[in-house]
Amino acid sequence: MEKTTLFDKIWDAHVVRSVPSGPDVFFIDKHFIHEVTSPVAFLNLEKRGVSVKYPHRTVATPDHNVPTVDQDQTIKDKLSRMQVERLRENCNKYGIELHDLGSAHHGIVHVIGPELGITQPGMTIVCGDSHTSTHGAFGAIAFGIGTSEVEMVLATQCIMQSKPKKMRITVNGDLSSGVTSKDIILYIIAKISAAGATGYFVEYAGSAIQSLSMEARMTICNMSIEMGARGGLIAPDETTFNYLKGKQYSPVGEEWDKVVEEWSQLKTDDGAVFDKEYEFDAADIEPMITYGTNPGMGIKVKGNIPSTDGMEGSNKSSYLKSLDYMGFAPGEPVSGKKVDYVFVGSCTNGRIEDIRSVAQFVKGHKKADNITAWIVPGSKEVEKMAQEEGLVKILEDAGFELRQPGCSACLAMNDDKIPAGKYAVSTSNRNFEGRQGPGARTMLASPLTVAAVAVTGVITDPREVFQN
Amino acid sequence: MAYDKFTVLKSRAVPLPSENVDTDQIIPARFLKATEREGFGDNLFRDWRYDVEGNPKKDFVLNDPTYTGKILVAGKNFGSGSSREHAVWAIYDYGFRCVVSSFFADIFKNNCLNIGVLPVTVTPEFADKLLNAITEDPSTEIEVSIPAQTITLLSTGESESFDINSYKKDNMQNGFDDIDYLLSMESEIDQFEKTR
Repeated sequence: MEKTTLFDKIWDAHVVRSVPSGPDVFFIDKHFIHEVTSPVAFLNLEKRGVSVKYPHRTVATPDHNVPTVDQDQTIKDKLSRMQVERLRENCNKYGIELHDLGSAHHGIVHVIGPELGITQPGMTIVCGDSHTSTHGAFGAIAFGIGTSEVEMVLATQCIMQSKPKKMRITVNGDLSSGVTSKDIILYIIAKISAAGATGYFVEYAGSAIQSLSMEARMTICNMSIEMGARGGLIAPDETTFNYLKGKQYSPVGEEWDKVVEEWSQLKTDDGAVFDKEYEFDAADIEPMITYGTNPGMGIKVKGNIPSTDGMEGSNKSSYLKSLDYMGFAPGEPVSGKKVDYVFVGSCTNGRIEDIRSVAQFVKGHKKADNITAWIVPGSKEVEKMAQEEGLVKILEDAGFELRQPGCSACLAMNDDKIPAGKYAVSTSNRNFEGRQGPGARTMLASPLTVAAVAVTGVITDPREVFQN
Repeated sequence: MAYDKFTVLKSRAVPLPSENVDTDQIIPARFLKATEREGFGDNLFRDWRYDVEGNPKKDFVLNDPTYTGKILVAGKNFGSGSSREHAVWAIYDYGFRCVVSSFFADIFKNNCLNIGVLPVTVTPEFADKLLNAITEDPSTEIEVSIPAQTITLLSTGESESFDINSYKKDNMQNGFDDIDYLLSMESEIDQFEKTR
């Protein structure tokens, strides 16, 4: 029998029809929508006189531009309010499940999907948001789509897609103390560049990946898009099943046993061929930080910004433009640089484990005076757990400001903006120019590194601050 | 949404040689709050185009009247980052119908094809040739032909062919979008859904 990859197995099971010399008609099991990329899709449905085909396959939540304070009050920003209201109207009109602001499971779409057990192995999942790749951590094919495609999924539950090429990235070995899954993915992107996986769907494998918790795996798959990949996925295993067991939408009883048996088959056959493979040693990975304006511009926290040696033409000019924006020079170290803001949150690192790790490390410390420290839980559920576990108190004692769930300063569509020229060390996923507000300078790092920066006020390797 | 048919486009072009231009630059997140699709062109490349007071920045190419046209010739890895289709709406709304680069991000490329902006991938050498020619002589014209799948620098006649699958090619030439196709196979999708 032909050896196939996990990706092939899921993809091939969802092809309704292959268009000759064209894309596949690809069936979508679950569709997540939010307030920013769905309104025009609904509007166009109406213009066409078409309805939502299978409303039960779509789940909605407002997240991108919701305020993170006073969520029980009317949203002050008129345009944001209109988008959220439009989402409510559309969900109501078409019978789509909505986890609205203030409800028990409101939150970032990529946090609540897994949390509720909506995200399951073997599924195809899309959302009008590039970080849909997060759900691949469960062994699902999950990727971001544009608004025209949101409209297609609403109207027909399908999109037209050409099958991407396949890449496997294997990370073997043990992670050193102080190194997290965020460091793994920042390391990989720095190695293969922000465009290194364009055209590919990535499977992550190896002992270092298998040893990670579900939440840590989600961080890795989440940032697959930052190296250009359509998405990333990890074969489901006991860690996946244990995470999903008992979740609100997870099957129960005999049905559970049946699905676990099916899910256990979801893996790449020995000998299956990938179009491209990379292999890394976990022992080489140290705490990482970005210094430039794309996520591929990352170095060890204790490292130096690369020099321009060997660069020429537009490559060199783009590089220098990026460093100029950041206020950095080639060859200099980043360690010891003064920071103004830290942000813990987003669909990359706004989960309970992230907040636990920050709390554990800042317990008994105070944030430095020059730092404004924001913690934004990824969902109401995360917020509730953080309160019940006493993490909120620890963080507030350390001088962190806890806000309400949403995407927040990750993309600064709400009021949570980093002022122009200020430096933020952020657990979010993008350091693009102006991403956290016009002129903001973002450096991406793990929650642990953020904790160290918060306490010292400067770029710091967490291993130098926190001893176990 | 259906769009204007695209067969052969002959136009001057605007050069933007920066690499890794992400969709946050093409249309910053704070301008994504509209609930309709029109009007995004005003904020295309907002933070590169205007200063904080809203005055045009003299050194940005879109503010240079020397360069005009319906074709944007861009640097490597254009359109990376967010899946926001608003980036392509902004490009279309501003008046571009074609973007040329030696390397596009995937979702961006799909979004382009879905709303009638043609992404043309050329070799890095040809991209440089086009950029140099336009920069030296802004009146340089480029011809992009979907039927022939070619892009030609008219001043020298130099030409390259580009890939587009026959399904998308047909769509672009007729102004069709995917939903028309998908809606035509409703019963097949219903049958498939029952197996899920």
